[in-house]
Amino acid sequence: MPHDLFREIARLVLYVVGLVAFGAFNAAYLSLLERKESAWFQRRRGPVEVGPFGLLQPVADGLKLLSKQLLVPRGADVLLFKLAPVAVITPAIMCLVVIPFSETIGARDFSLGLLMIYSFGAINVLATLLAGWASNNKYSSISAARVVAQNIAYEIPLLLIILALVMDTHTFNLREIVELQSGGFWQWNIFQISTSPLMPVAFLIYVICMLAETNRAPFDIVEAESELIAGAFTEYAGMSFGLFFIAEYVNVVVGSCIGTILFLGGWQCPFGLLPGLHWFLVKLYLFCFVVIWVRWTFPRTQFYGLLNLSWKILIPLSLIHLVVTAILVKLF
Amino acid sequence: MSFEKLKSALATLAEQGIDALLIVDTEHAVTGTDLEVTVLPESVTAAGRILDQATFTLEAITGIDWLTQGRIEIVYDYTCFESGKRVTVRTFVGREQPQLPTLSGVYPGADWHERETHDFFGVIFNGHPDLTPLLLPEDADFHPLRKDFTG
Amino acid sequence: MTIEGTTIHRETFVINLGPQHPATHGVLRIKLTMDGEYIVDAEPVIGYGHRMHEKMGENRSYTKFLPNTGRIDYACALSNGHAYVCAVERLAGILVPERAEFLRVITTELNRIASHLLWAGAFLVDLGGFTPLLYTFDDREAILDLLESVTGARLTFCYFRFGGVCNDIDEDFIEGTRRFIARMRSRMPMYHSLITHNVIFRGRCEGIGEIPAETCRRYGATGPVLRGSGVSYDVRKAEPYSAYPLFDFDVPVYHGGDCMARYLVRLDEIVESMRIIEQAIARLPEGPVMAEKVPRTLKPAEGRCYFNLESARGNFGVRLVSDGSDTAYRLKLRSPSFSNFSLFRECSRGSLLPDALALLGSLDLVIPEIDR
Repeated sequence: MPHDLFREIARLVLYVVGLVAFGAFNAAYLSLLERKESAWFQRRRGPVEVGPFGLLQPVADGLKLLSKQLLVPRGADVLLFKLAPVAVITPAIMCLVVIPFSETIGARDFSLGLLMIYSFGAINVLATLLAGWASNNKYSSISAARVVAQNIAYEIPLLLIILALVMDTHTFNLREIVELQSGGFWQWNIFQISTSPLMPVAFLIYVICMLAETNRAPFDIVEAESELIAGAFTEYAGMSFGLFFIAEYVNVVVGSCIGTILFLGGWQCPFGLLPGLHWFLVKLYLFCFVVIWVRWTFPRTQFYGLLNLSWKILIPLSLIHLVVTAILVKLF
Repeated sequence: MSFEKLKSALATLAEQGIDALLIVDTEHAVTGTDLEVTVLPESVTAAGRILDQATFTLEAITGIDWLTQGRIEIVYDYTCFESGKRVTVRTFVGREQPQLPTLSGVYPGADWHERETHDFFGVIFNGHPDLTPLLLPEDADFHPLRKDFTG
Repeated sequence: MTIEGTTIHRETFVINLGPQHPATHGVLRIKLTMDGEYIVDAEPVIGYGHRMHEKMGENRSYTKFLPNTGRIDYACALSNGHAYVCAVERLAGILVPERAEFLRVITTELNRIASHLLWAGAFLVDLGGFTPLLYTFDDREAILDLLESVTGARLTFCYFRFGGVCNDIDEDFIEGTRRFIARMRSRMPMYHSLITHNVIFRGRCEGIGEIPAETCRRYGATGPVLRGSGVSYDVRKAEPYSAYPLFDFDVPVYHGGDCMARYLVRLDEIVESMRIIEQAIARLPEGPVMAEKVPRTLKPAEGRCYFNLESARGNFGVRLVSDGSDTAYRLKLRSPSFSNFSLFRECSRGSLLPDALALLGSLDLVIPEIDR
């Protein structure tokens, strides 16, 4: 008994440390990837000074953020102001707990994993609202209002797509969802036309909603640089801004992980040969690469265009997908 | 409105005087305008209205400080987009209490030009909605382009 | 989009756009009275960059004022210098040799292309698309290198002198210009497919910021703002100056009056400028680049004149009053951005904040030109 308890505690500690490290490491090096990638698209070279190929740039950035004074603006609600960064980063890292990186690696094999991820994802909205409200700054308030409207609008098609998928897989457990896609890329959910002919469309809707939920361009009106300076995060300095920054990238990673698991087969090999962690990481980072690519290609959408896209196009499409899946599941 | 009709309409407003340039056809290549009219300060708005009906646009309002003559000249430059013709309307006000009616009721673009002329010369445009400094600081009480400005 | 019928007490709040702001090109402040996301009133406050060039024009001799002209509108500095130099030449009765006129046209048109490329990149940044800025700056580098080899400056040029230009061009310049035009022609389809046909860009620009032609006339707006509203007025065609009557080019006009129309006008103007440059290079005459017997201290005859030309932003005018001495008695600079910007207050009323910013970007303002 004590031996098992000891092993369990050791495992928990290892996973906690590992996940926080994974989250932070990803955030740091995704920011470098973003700078390098945007530079190559824009005919520049990105950071090259610090370390070979700029590989130590995130370390320099982290040190810079740590060394800055944490300012609280006059008139701000101090408790909420300090709570907001914490409220943003905690759910992001919590979501990593239920993600299965391979058959054996995964912090917790939770039977309601998918549900947990989207419950925690909704806290992100609340945290940005807190940040915008507590800053005592008109730009931040406008940004906070926008984030609520945008995220609510885009959560709905996202959850409808997930619902349709769960109708087919009969489980919320992420590990089981991946295991159902074994055997080659034609088994991946994105290609399962027999489940629903709209499956590739569902994948596209998932990508769009993921971009909107994580407030990445072209849906970044929340922090539209050329209009609202830094939006809800204008008044944050030093590491509190750093926490928002890290949380954004961890959200991107979580969204990409879920996209990989739900639609692209998780850790499964495209030809059913050597499944494992390496395939998961390849797909994850390909997803992140595309997310960054999209940011630097398109201008920002108009606010009402963004809401129109969700309410008038994505929600009807995902409802149709849901109904079609339901019919096909019932019939076959 | 043809150019001839415009000329005769403006001629009714032209100032009658010994040393005033009444209404003169000028050579475009030499002076840059086709027609120069000198009017009394009160007729500035009426001249503007005639030119507005002739679909001219107000391009610029210039102030010129004639220190030795004791008066400030205000020059209005108008252009017509269709015909490319230019008309200049000139008026003179005294240096001590320079006042004349505003053109911003006819041409909204005159709003800023008049504020700028007020900044630089101290000319008051009666009826202007908001004659606060445009280019100078809000609390400026000096007028830099006057010839006796030393500051 | 308003809610009618109910008497809800709506609170408006005042927010400051600027003077330091990523979207205003230069030091500009706009006091926005907002009702939620809608603008109730937008009051511009300018004068943060006011340097009193007109007084400097009265305090300095004509030649000493030449470098000032490059600082008024730094994005199209050669046009400003051209206007000033031509105004003085008109008063003094100086005739410019043909080769100098051709060189003036070539360099001014290259400057116009550089200015429009700068505007296009900055406009996209306002809308949130950061990448095209780097592409337009890449093309602009070629122009700046060419102009540096001839004028010695990259941004604030002071190339024109009374009676001509100060430097002649050489074969390298002509070769470089030909190479640039060939490369730019091949890049235009890329710009159209990357930007013009992008569905998000079109959503941000089509139907946004409509300025009717009558509003342009009442405010004195000129240039691409006017031509985007359907009025075909270009000073190069209406009152031809310099060597422009010798060249065959079109004036692009679009009738939408929205941001997209103004954007398309400027992109087409880049193509037309390239046509002019090609014709000018092909027919470049030999000869001196400076008129003879131009006195060192220029004292034009007593009198006054007004000279207008088409700069990248619109109708730039210089009104000059001379009293026979070596300094101007009155030098008035009529800047196009000043008039273009004065219609912002009326046209942004009732629009959303991002739409108003798109309108502001599409007006192509250079704040130092407004403030002088």
